[in-house]
Amino acid sequence: MKRSTLFPYLIWMVLFIVVPMFLVLYYAFTVPTESGATWSLENFARFFEPIYLKVLWRSLRLALFSTVICLIIGYPAAMVMAGNAFERKSVVLLLFVVPMWMNFLLRTYAWLTILERNGVINVLLANLNLPSLNILYTEGAVVLGMVYNFLPFMVLPIYSVLSKIDRGVVEAAGDLGANSLQVFAKVIFPLSLPGVVSGVTMVFMPALTTFVISRLLGGGQFTLIGNLIEQQFLVVGDWGFGSSISVVMIVLILLSMAIMSFFEGEEKDVALW
Amino acid sequence: MLTLREGEFREGVIDLLKRSKTMLILVLLVLVSLGLSGCRERPTVYVYNWGDYIDESIIADFEKETNMRVVYDTYATNEDMYVKLKSGGSSYDVIFPSDYMLTRMIEEDMLAELDLVKIPNAKHVADRFMGLEYDPENKYSLPYKWGTVGILYNTALVDDMVDSWDILWDPKYSKEILMLDSQRDSIAVALLKLGYSINTLDPDELAEAGELLKEQKPLVLAYVVDEGQDKMIAGEAALAVVWSGEATNARMENPDLAFAIPKEGTNLWFDVMAVPKDAKNKDGAMRFINFMNDPEIALRNAEYTGYAIPNEAAREMLPEEIREDRTIYPEEEDLAGAEIFVNLGQTLSLYDRIWTEVKAH
Repeated sequence: MKRSTLFPYLIWMVLFIVVPMFLVLYYAFTVPTESGATWSLENFARFFEPIYLKVLWRSLRLALFSTVICLIIGYPAAMVMAGNAFERKSVVLLLFVVPMWMNFLLRTYAWLTILERNGVINVLLANLNLPSLNILYTEGAVVLGMVYNFLPFMVLPIYSVLSKIDRGVVEAAGDLGANSLQVFAKVIFPLSLPGVVSGVTMVFMPALTTFVISRLLGGGQFTLIGNLIEQQFLVVGDWGFGSSISVVMIVLILLSMAIMSFFEGEEKDVALW
Repeated sequence: MLTLREGEFREGVIDLLKRSKTMLILVLLVLVSLGLSGCRERPTVYVYNWGDYIDESIIADFEKETNMRVVYDTYATNEDMYVKLKSGGSSYDVIFPSDYMLTRMIEEDMLAELDLVKIPNAKHVADRFMGLEYDPENKYSLPYKWGTVGILYNTALVDDMVDSWDILWDPKYSKEILMLDSQRDSIAVALLKLGYSINTLDPDELAEAGELLKEQKPLVLAYVVDEGQDKMIAGEAALAVVWSGEATNARMENPDLAFAIPKEGTNLWFDVMAVPKDAKNKDGAMRFINFMNDPEIALRNAEYTGYAIPNEAAREMLPEEIREDRTIYPEEEDLAGAEIFVNLGQTLSLYDRIWTEVKAH
């Protein structure tokens, strides 16, 4: 492709990615004064107060927790789907994808009615004479919402990489005397790492920045970093503080991506999608 | 990827451009002619109101009676509406800000004066709702709905007498309390409990209110706005801070619910009708405001929304159990401790900060 055909994309990227990024940086490092604005680190100083660090810690903790659960549920699911023994893999794949056709907000609202005090789960429990559960508006509900919404992002990349592993490699390991546990630990898992890394990234990042799930299922009690940013822009109108939190987030995400790519190692030749 | 050779590709693009140019001209012609004919025949009134805050059949009636077209948009908070108008690019003829937001917009010279000659129905507005602090001469606004903030509670779940904000801090109702996810309203509840003004500018008083809200947080089931009414109807919580109109609706759905205005006082609020300075159809806007103040129309609107109306002629036509219900239509003596929100200017940032800290706690 000639360079000139890239031009529209370049303009697009400058307008909608580079310029907004600089705006965020500008707002983060300035404070408004009578006559305009001056450079200042005040917004960042405020972020490093204990109360906001606690919010950051809570976000990281919940996002990490959700990612681990997604991996524990998602990896075996992907393996079953990629395995030869399984005939109806396209149906299962479809079942993972179909909920994603529905609006994300709608799916999360549905959990409200399921988890409510007089909701579906508790009505069922009551009919079985079991004690009722108070799940809604707890941290558990927030994690549940994250796992539910982001699980497909874990399963699909892992499935994609697993299904491309050469059966011959697995059979060779078996022929050379490895038992099934060793085959998994020494052959299959290392080969699937790029999928795992991609899945972890795709779950961890939206989980870290979400504000809808924590608001609806957490009842506005578990402020995450995403809620903090949303509040600064939409309710409070403190763009400077909002931007400085966004900058901290960008740095965090870049850091986690660097760590991820370190794990990805040299196995770049395995295509993900 | 692209399989076209470069020559073909270039020709294709030129061809497409030529064709799309013709199309573009055609489309423009159609639009312009439509626009022109539209202008000549039916003037349009652009109305910007809160969501679910009008009986929409009234809009159709207005169109029929005046032969004007109404374009109706909605917003969720005063701040949304303010930001949209301030940033320009949209032009509305009638808006429905609340008291403190109206004052802010007057101060920022965003509103046009009302032409009361064209709004004869303004005479139906009760005297006690005219000339209030947020617009002392009613130069810019006429009240649309009014109400209070109080406690909606489920009598099946609450045995105590509900007459004070203190009950929202009672550990007995741990995880049974719904608070408003709205900063000025929630801070106002704490300030009222402490006996301070809901418009206080004193940083110490505000800090005290912030501490009180943090202390209350473990007892709160959730901070909500629109979901609160549904949660109370479904019996999901025992106590909720709500606006009076919401309470009226909820009580109709669930007879166990009751509403109380606490003795420490409340926030008396008004949503008003006003006309932005850059409105294109000011004449249509005056006619719309006049139409909304017609007693028959105001009555229909009150019955639909459940909120109290300042239109005295319409109120007299309401069923007695609503008209005389002092939780919906409190008398002046019930409102002894009530205050109207005032635009806070720079001090608002202190409220912002306290609310951010309460939510982050």
